[in-house]
Amino acid sequence: MLTVLALASVVLLGIVPDPSQAIVIYTGWERHALLGSDVRLSCSFFSWRWTSDDVTFSWTYRPDGSKDSISIFHYTGGMAYVDNKGPFRDRLEFVGNPGRRDGSILLKNLDFSDNGTFTCDAKNPPDIVGRPQSSPLRRVPIQAGVITGAIIGVVLGLLVLIVVIYYLMRFLVARRVFSLSVSKHGKKKKEGSQQRQGPAPPADPSKVKAAASEKKKQESRKDKK
Amino acid sequence: MLLILLGVLLLHLIILILLIVSTAASAWSVGEGRNTDLWYSCLTSKDGYHCKPAIDEDWIQAVQALMILSVLFCFFSLIAFLFQLFKLVKGGRFFFTAIFQVFASVFVMCAAIIYTVMSPDDSAHTQFGYAYVLAWVAFPLTLISGLIYIILRKKD
Repeated sequence: MLTVLALASVVLLGIVPDPSQAIVIYTGWERHALLGSDVRLSCSFFSWRWTSDDVTFSWTYRPDGSKDSISIFHYTGGMAYVDNKGPFRDRLEFVGNPGRRDGSILLKNLDFSDNGTFTCDAKNPPDIVGRPQSSPLRRVPIQAGVITGAIIGVVLGLLVLIVVIYYLMRFLVARRVFSLSVSKHGKKKKEGSQQRQGPAPPADPSKVKAAASEKKKQESRKDKK
Repeated sequence: MLLILLGVLLLHLIILILLIVSTAASAWSVGEGRNTDLWYSCLTSKDGYHCKPAIDEDWIQAVQALMILSVLFCFFSLIAFLFQLFKLVKGGRFFFTAIFQVFASVFVMCAAIIYTVMSPDDSAHTQFGYAYVLAWVAFPLTLISGLIYIILRKKD
């Protein structure tokens, strides 16, 4: 018993993670944004060590279809340095909270050419081994609220259509336009079909079966109402 | 029989109120000094209360549409219930009422699921607000109400 306990404790202690494991960076998923809107690019990390005062965040940008990336943001030593020469001049703002492991930036006034991938790299010395995470950004030309209106309109339209078709079918059936008949006309129809099938009995056994199943369906529909 | 009818009607009204509050209230995600709902994202800062329209992404518009549709369908089912109450034959079932109510529950479920999966992952917004909880509470209530309408038969 004691040996089992000792073995179990040794195994469990061995599973405790090593504090020098890599830093894990989290960024947002792929974002779609309208022209002229503000986009918040979020970046956060998980590290086994306490957040040090030398924590650094760097953002780089790689345009769609290009192979090289440029650095657009860097936070180090308690100071945030934003892009003042490149394509995001005067449009970036640091909105993160390094004390809470948040290195998010705000990209204001989205431009035509802002399609691309933003990559965040965070370092928490001495925990520096990690993989930068990317967060693609796509500019979307759809107007605000169009999708909402479209979904509501389509569903309500379908509803109205189904109700109209339902009442139309009932109306047409009552007018005896269709051969599907309900209530008292069903009996007359049965007699008529029997008379017709008198001279030619083995002609259409499948037709008789279909007519019978149709009548069964109608009766069950009547019961439901 | 009258008690059952009153109870069912009361449940229906409660569900409708829950859905309307959930759709309109500004508390789907809350953080410190900041709350977001389907329509606006508001921030309380030193110089007042600023609101800007919610993220114009496809999924938030889908959530908006589904919540509005669920409110509409719940309302339609209430109208259908009152209509069928007086017009239905003896022994008849509240078919349309049940169908609309079940659709409303499906729409609320879809809206809540989409919001859960795609909710804005700003680190300040760590909590889900009460309007989000109301949407999740409304879904099983609506489903149960729809099932009650399926089983309910008009006696007299």
